[in-house]
Amino acid sequence: MTLMNEPIKRAEIKPKYCRFKKNGIRYIDYKDPDFLMKFVNEQGKILPRRLTGTSWKFQKKVSQAIKRARHIAILPYMGDSLK
Amino acid sequence: MNNYETVFILNPVLSEDQAKDTVEKFVKVLKKAKAEIVNTENWGLKKLAYPIQKKSTGFYALLEFAAAPDTVNTLETEFRRDESVMRFLTTVLDKHSLLYNARRRKGEFNRGKRTGTGGKTQEGKES
Repeated sequence: MTLMNEPIKRAEIKPKYCRFKKNGIRYIDYKDPDFLMKFVNEQGKILPRRLTGTSWKFQKKVSQAIKRARHIAILPYMGDSLK
Repeated sequence: MNNYETVFILNPVLSEDQAKDTVEKFVKVLKKAKAEIVNTENWGLKKLAYPIQKKSTGFYALLEFAAAPDTVNTLETEFRRDESVMRFLTTVLDKHSLLYNARRRKGEFNRGKRTGTGGKTQEGKES
């Protein structure tokens, strides 16, 4: 009986949601580094959708904005302990 | 006519006045091409996230304008000719970004510290 898997408490798992859909954000500004920092890890890599919960529609916009911000040196292409 | 937005970085070797003159030069280029200038912002000397041409700072400037599509080519050729321009980025604005920029100009988004530097110069320009 010790080898039995423990049941998952479904109520404790919070469902992910897309913050753009929830807050009605339509446009992601590439000139705002503080906001974009939420979508990169401390190496400066773009976080996947499965971690941030962003919908596919807005993930495309987030990645476009981050890439634009990198081009104009607002965000680094690669970094070390950004957070 | 489309709406565009251009951010460009000028060489930090220039003085403040020279940087302003260079921005003026590009505004003139746009006016000559019959573009309608909506907004110009000077963000001043800012630290770059990574070195460009071995320089770690640069003068940032933002231009918002409405123009015919081939104006962008004229403007970007001018950018490439000018050696003091280190980077530039032109983007088309859709209806959502137009709304966002209109709100940004009114200063509705002045909350962050780093964005505050951009917002402050903007406020200074308006007053």
